[in-house]
Amino acid sequence: MRTLRSIGCNQTVSVVKLHGEGAVKRRIMDMGITKGTEVFVRKVAPLGDPVEVTVRGYELSLRKADAEMIEVK
Amino acid sequence: MGIKIALAGNPNSGKTTLFNGLTGSNQFVGNWPGVTVEKKEGKLKSNKEVVIMDLPGIYSLSPYTLEEVTARNYLITERPDAILNIVDGTNLERNLYLTTQLMELGIPVIMAVNMMDVVKKSGDAIDTRKLGEKLGCAVVAISALRGEGIEEAAGKAVKAAQSRQPAMPVHEFSQEVEAVLDEIESMLGGDIPEEQKRFYAVKLFERDDKIAEQMKHVPDIFSIIEKAEKDMDDDSESIITNERYDYITSIIGESLTKANKEKLSTSDKIDRVVTNRWLALPIFAAVMWLVYYVSVSTVGTWAKDWANDGVFGEGWKLFGLVDVPGIPVIVENGLNAIHCAPWLQSLILDGIIAGVGAVLGFVPQMLVLFIFLAFLEACGYMARVAFIMDRIFRKFGLSGKSFIPMLIGTGCGVPGIMASRTIENDRDRKMTIMTTTFIPCGAKLPIIALIAGALFGGASWVAPSAYFVGIAAIICSGIILKKTKMFAGDPAPFVMELPAYHMPTVGNVLRSMWERGWSFIKKAGTIILLSTVFIWFTSSFGFVDGHFGMVEDLSDGLLASIGRGLAWLFVPLGWGDWKSAVAAITGLVAKENVVGTFGILYGFAEVAEDGAEVWGTLASSMTAVAAYSFLVFNLLCAPCFAAMGAIKREMNNVRWFWFAIGYQTILAYAVSLCVFQFGSLFTGGGFGIGTVAAVIVLAGFLYLLFRPYKESSSLKANVSSVNARKAKA
Repeated sequence: MRTLRSIGCNQTVSVVKLHGEGAVKRRIMDMGITKGTEVFVRKVAPLGDPVEVTVRGYELSLRKADAEMIEVK
Repeated sequence: MGIKIALAGNPNSGKTTLFNGLTGSNQFVGNWPGVTVEKKEGKLKSNKEVVIMDLPGIYSLSPYTLEEVTARNYLITERPDAILNIVDGTNLERNLYLTTQLMELGIPVIMAVNMMDVVKKSGDAIDTRKLGEKLGCAVVAISALRGEGIEEAAGKAVKAAQSRQPAMPVHEFSQEVEAVLDEIESMLGGDIPEEQKRFYAVKLFERDDKIAEQMKHVPDIFSIIEKAEKDMDDDSESIITNERYDYITSIIGESLTKANKEKLSTSDKIDRVVTNRWLALPIFAAVMWLVYYVSVSTVGTWAKDWANDGVFGEGWKLFGLVDVPGIPVIVENGLNAIHCAPWLQSLILDGIIAGVGAVLGFVPQMLVLFIFLAFLEACGYMARVAFIMDRIFRKFGLSGKSFIPMLIGTGCGVPGIMASRTIENDRDRKMTIMTTTFIPCGAKLPIIALIAGALFGGASWVAPSAYFVGIAAIICSGIILKKTKMFAGDPAPFVMELPAYHMPTVGNVLRSMWERGWSFIKKAGTIILLSTVFIWFTSSFGFVDGHFGMVEDLSDGLLASIGRGLAWLFVPLGWGDWKSAVAAITGLVAKENVVGTFGILYGFAEVAEDGAEVWGTLASSMTAVAAYSFLVFNLLCAPCFAAMGAIKREMNNVRWFWFAIGYQTILAYAVSLCVFQFGSLFTGGGFGIGTVAAVIVLAGFLYLLFRPYKESSSLKANVSSVNARKAKA
């Protein structure tokens, strides 16, 4: 299973499924990362975490641990 | 009856600007009952009958964040007459997600598409008529910054409120979901009005416990949800969210025309540099240095000194030329002229004016800092601060944004605590408030100088070790506290928008500065004033020769008696002498008082800032280990009254306030105990009961630090109490 965590910078992927449950998952979905959404990995923070992605035309930052919940292709 | 309109929208959508534009100076700022979420309401400029309620900025009506639960509770229980939904035109897709949820509440909705000037400039076009058709509400194009279209939007909202026509969502979920929702709707009790049924049905389908708690009759729909989830191969929350976004994508395709997809915006260009892998940290350091340099090292301290030593001191020079006497001097002269009784004069000068001065003395420096914070927040850099620093701070339960309060805290803890305002997450903010004052502030430096000079021959390691103790206290407290019941409750997802950079308006920055400054004066002022008067009273009154009255000497006062009564508590820490206890108490008024108090108690009328005169006496009355324990206690224990006032203001809750103060004091006691007991053991002291106690304390500390723990995933903040208190009010 490929997750968003394993995707390098400047790549665009499409969301397959969100794993996990509860607040973090809902938050990720509320922010627009849902099935089929295109996500562009823009950059990694200077200290290696979190990552910045472009989704639905805006910039979002999320931690690598949370990015692991997002299955992509 | 007037009309109530709720202003709802995403964070960074220009909601505050619109609110300020609509209400002008007719605003009332407070807190939602029981929670630290800010509550603002104001009267519409053009029609004083209309009250605008500014809801917290939210992305969704989910049950997981305090802001969202507060906002939706207001919408469900208070039922405003209309919702004015502001959406960011440059970021339609995500903004409309909230709109689809607001439409289901059964309240008239008017949508204001903001930043239309920016949209037009980039060559994009939004078909507002089509957008309205697809969503089922009236849509107005506005630019809150330029004030364009805002009156029209307000006017339409007022009309919608008068018409009492609830919003009719055009949006439908897929047939399967609609069938399930219909079924749930038919099972709802008769106490839920027709127009709200859809909202409740959706929330119940999403297994939203917080909504279920508020309902009188909760239908048993477990099997319905299970079946739907099985049929659609996903959990119910995901089904609803996915369908909402799918619908939005279809609307966007019809009503938004993008000019050029590939072009980099100015904001993107700025961000390429500002959060660049290599440049981000140097730029961050430079920005922080600037904030610190201006608000602590230079302008802020000038302002503080001017207010403390000038206006509330001996006097100051206007433009360096004209002598203006300080308020105490003016009042003293006035009181002398009318031959005021000495006790009254002392009350007015040393009690009340000194107390008011302690409150107002911090305000000028705070205003300087607040300008910076308002600017950093409004321009979008504050979100980047969290992005850059998150990695370090989240390990001990803090936010990347905690960096700023702690940095400012090295200068003064009071503005440091107030700077925690910029942290949105409730848990991170409370944690920051509790730990910021562990960092030695400017007023603790004289204590460090006193101890270093008197007992350690001015050794250069003492001061850095004090900072080390402070930082260690923050890190350990973060780890310990995040595992406690008080904090383990609420989840802290770090899924954060990085808003586009933009230049804030002067008006908004100044307004934010003033609101925060004023709330400090109002909310922190009382506690600071009262405690200053208390210390004044106990230090200037006492029993002499069996008579109660004013005393000349501090050692005859009530405070000295209190010190004598409490001294035994500090015996295990190595400084059970009543004089040290009294010094620690006066340190609560202002930490630098510790030095002056030693001076007075050892018989010197006036001492230098580092108390050089008392070094000899102090060295003969304390061992080096005891002195270091005294130092650690004063660094970590409850901060000065001004900082306590700030803590009370920011916690906005008596229980949390006492928890913070209690935690700090207990931690200080435990650390000092270990320092003294282990220190004495290693310097040749014997093994005694104290050593045993210290070993137990250390073991407990290590247990709290290393015990396992699991992050929670649901919001435990008591929301029903929010409603109960609202009902009472």
